[in-house]
Amino acid sequence: MKLWNRKQRPKRQAPSAPPVEPLTLPALLWLLAALLLAVVPHAWELPVWLTVAFYGVAGWRGMIALRDRRLPPRGLVLVVAVLAGGGVLIDFRTLFGRDAGVALLVAMTACKLLETRGLRDGVVLVFLGYLLVMSNLLYSQEILMVAYLFGVVLTMLAAQVMIHRQHAGFKALAPLWLTGKMALRAIPVMLILFLLFPRIPGPLWGLPRDAYKGRTGLSEEMMPGTVSELSKSDEVAFRARFAGPVPPPDQLYWRGPVLWNFDGRRWSSGDRAPRSTPVPFTPEGEALEYTVILEPSNRIWLFALDLPAILPPQSGMTPSFQLLRQQPINEVYRYQMRSYPRYRTGGLEAAERNRGLWLPRSGNPRARELAAEWLARPLQPAAMVDAALALFREQAFYYTLNPPLLGSNSVDEFLFRTRQGFCEHYASAFVFLMRAAGVPARVVTGYQGGERNTFGDYLIVRQSDAHAWAEVWLEGRGWVRVDPTAAVAPNRIQEGLYAAVADAEDLPFLIRRGGDSAWLRQLAMGWDSLNNSWNEWVLAYGPDRQKEFLSGLGFGPVDWADMTVAMTVALGVLGLLVAGLRLRNQGSRDPVARAWERFCARLARRGLARDAHEGPLAFAERVAINRPELAESARAIGSLYALLRYGSGFSAEGIRQLQRLVREFRV
Amino acid sequence: MRQYWRQRFQKWVTRRHRPSREPIRLDRRRLYILPTRQGYAFALLLFLLFLWSINYSNSMGFAFTFLLAAVALNTMWQAHDNLLGLVIHAGGAEPVFAGQEARFAFRLENLRRTPRYGFALQWQEREPVYVDLPGHGSAPVILTVPAEKRGWLRPGHIRVLTRFPLGLFQSWSWVAFETAALVYPQPRGRQPLPAALAGQSGSGLNELGSGSEDYAGFRQYAPGDSPRRIAWKAATRTERLLVKRFIDQARPELWLDWWRVGIEAQEPRLEQLCQWVLKAENDGHEYGLRLPGLKLPPSRGEPHRRRCLEALALFDRGDAKARDEIVESKAKAEATSAERAAG
Repeated sequence: MKLWNRKQRPKRQAPSAPPVEPLTLPALLWLLAALLLAVVPHAWELPVWLTVAFYGVAGWRGMIALRDRRLPPRGLVLVVAVLAGGGVLIDFRTLFGRDAGVALLVAMTACKLLETRGLRDGVVLVFLGYLLVMSNLLYSQEILMVAYLFGVVLTMLAAQVMIHRQHAGFKALAPLWLTGKMALRAIPVMLILFLLFPRIPGPLWGLPRDAYKGRTGLSEEMMPGTVSELSKSDEVAFRARFAGPVPPPDQLYWRGPVLWNFDGRRWSSGDRAPRSTPVPFTPEGEALEYTVILEPSNRIWLFALDLPAILPPQSGMTPSFQLLRQQPINEVYRYQMRSYPRYRTGGLEAAERNRGLWLPRSGNPRARELAAEWLARPLQPAAMVDAALALFREQAFYYTLNPPLLGSNSVDEFLFRTRQGFCEHYASAFVFLMRAAGVPARVVTGYQGGERNTFGDYLIVRQSDAHAWAEVWLEGRGWVRVDPTAAVAPNRIQEGLYAAVADAEDLPFLIRRGGDSAWLRQLAMGWDSLNNSWNEWVLAYGPDRQKEFLSGLGFGPVDWADMTVAMTVALGVLGLLVAGLRLRNQGSRDPVARAWERFCARLARRGLARDAHEGPLAFAERVAINRPELAESARAIGSLYALLRYGSGFSAEGIRQLQRLVREFRV
Repeated sequence: MRQYWRQRFQKWVTRRHRPSREPIRLDRRRLYILPTRQGYAFALLLFLLFLWSINYSNSMGFAFTFLLAAVALNTMWQAHDNLLGLVIHAGGAEPVFAGQEARFAFRLENLRRTPRYGFALQWQEREPVYVDLPGHGSAPVILTVPAEKRGWLRPGHIRVLTRFPLGLFQSWSWVAFETAALVYPQPRGRQPLPAALAGQSGSGLNELGSGSEDYAGFRQYAPGDSPRRIAWKAATRTERLLVKRFIDQARPELWLDWWRVGIEAQEPRLEQLCQWVLKAENDGHEYGLRLPGLKLPPSRGEPHRRRCLEALALFDRGDAKARDEIVESKAKAEATSAERAAG
């Protein structure tokens, strides 16, 4: 065995000819700590095997370093790399896309750890670490996450510092202290860049399909169950800040996708293409001015109260008054809106009337019978609306989060058998009845209501406020909103979901508006207010807001060229400021000058100020004449200063001597 | 072409930073700064992060990218500041033989109250020697420079550099001191020690043939010792090479004579003489050295040996005076600094 080893060794050492500057143990430990922290938030999305493998490998690498063992051979590292890549491929069925990409990044970092020997490997790992930090931001940009990642970045910077030198003199946490100061000093430049670096609206190229996966929100279609499922989520859909008082709840209908097509079970859009100008209507009464701060939804829908009268930049409006943006909303998006809660829309085109009356050929026969009965009476369209609402109000209909499942004739089953449903059931059944009775009608989905946050004086609209209602077209009034849910559960409209459903116990805490533990709710509202400010002022700062910001400063309309100029000027001013400060400090940083200034200042306090023209020797002489008891030390200081300042060369001992003399100089 | 530019650059540096006799304090005019290779890689990383932020419209991604960019920008100032006001003292260097490495001693001094980290001195393209400095403190640095030729070895321009804190920028300065190491000729040659001349010492004993030498214990091996004198048994015990020492009772006077070396070429001749000096000293002979224009009477001991080696090192070099000059200047500098300290 020994013989074999001896033969092997020289062979192995031969190829590693170029000397590698080794990574020191403290540097490696800092690096490991930083990487471990960077991967922690990913643990929620990564496959379990990968998380376990990463921490295992990191621990192993730590042990190797602590016990001074050999690294595994390159062949083994290669095998691990191939296995990890294969594992990711099997798990995600792809190597591209956001999730698979992050998994691959984590796997490759682990492999790199196993072959990290020298300084250069360490630097590669730090760079991978920065990419890991960035990848975390794709999943969450909330305050807590950002604060955590800031800590990770500081640790990563500390690792980068440690990689370069051993710094035997550093105490345990000194690198963190150092990088903290570095980050603090970097903040002015960062702010200028953040505010003024011309933002290019993304994406530059195709994003992976799963780029914004995992965002809850309304869907393009409505089936029994879609809205009630969404209602159990306490996530924030958007927040709204009103210029005037918040309107009453029965006006808070936030318009989303309008659904025209029905196949007997599923409602889908069928809306026509958006136009770049607002669809005209006749407003009646006052306008509402407000700002919406929309959470990322990966949809192009912008929500506005009925009926919106203006368009945010780069968006359009469908003939059904739905607002659409050109790109999906994948960052917090803030826009100004104006709506008229009372309105009258225009006439109905033949094509639109046809679509508003269209029903599948067959299915739901009992509902059709009921409509035919109303037609035969005959009832006016407005009376038919009342008849349908009276049906919901007077029969034993229930409003519930967990309605029974429905079969293929969903409307019939709901109207005549189960009679338990959520808003989508009521809206669907109502529109079906209207169309069957010859009244043009459509389903509108969106949000209704919202919770008032008294801290920030704004309205929080959560996914739990998702709602579906109906619109019918009546002669002389145009499209009129009818909310059949209001007939069944008026509380839903007035006070929100928690007050309206009987089976509300399993709803998350934040949705239980008007529930118990008021002080905890207050706390949650305070936190939400903080989040809202974060969203509104930081996360929503995109290309549009950037232009708004500069225009707001009085620059008028700006383009990216102006922005570049502004940024350069700001950076230049900051640079000059810093340079000026440093130059001013320079004088006092020079120990000779500092000691001399101290000496002069002491004498000045006693009425012996040095004249500007007076040289050190002359000044010392004057001091000696005025204060004979100080003559000796003053002369010593004056001559030593003159020697250090104007003599040739430089002596550290001389400086120390001067400092001591000045320190001991007592007036 | 590249060679040409390098030479031009060297010339420029030499002109700009004259060798100094006093400690050098680094000031603004002496400092240079450039990104390192890692710095360029970091710029690439920032660009990548920036594209990533644009593509995902990630606000915090922008903030993160800009934070890193701002930190990197600040390290440029920091690297510059780190060197500013640093004081470099030059010490001397022990004499060495050609083919060995001269060890030049330097001392870096920090006048600030705060500690400074990650400095290095670098001689030409050799590995830099790193050191940290406490506040108001100093640290020694030894630079090794290969001594190829006999004579005075001047290290020339030395680079003081720092990459602290992140290694993205290197700030450096050139310093040159009037310090030099004396390089003796390489002790080399196959000729045996010449026999002591009759009429000068009496008995003409040669080194090993006589029985008149008394064993006088061990001493450490020095270049030029005969391998036959190595005490192998003792060496295995102590793990050091020891040679047996003999004292020649007869003390024959030995003349190491330029004209009696038997080699024509100058350098090999000096090398042979050098080897003889070492050997003679080791073997405990009294020996004298005769060179053209120089005669050192027979003697023994460390000062004599050094005088002989110095003579060999500086023979025909034309700068025999340089040593005195350097020694003098150093003494002067020390005296003036002491005077100043006394105030």
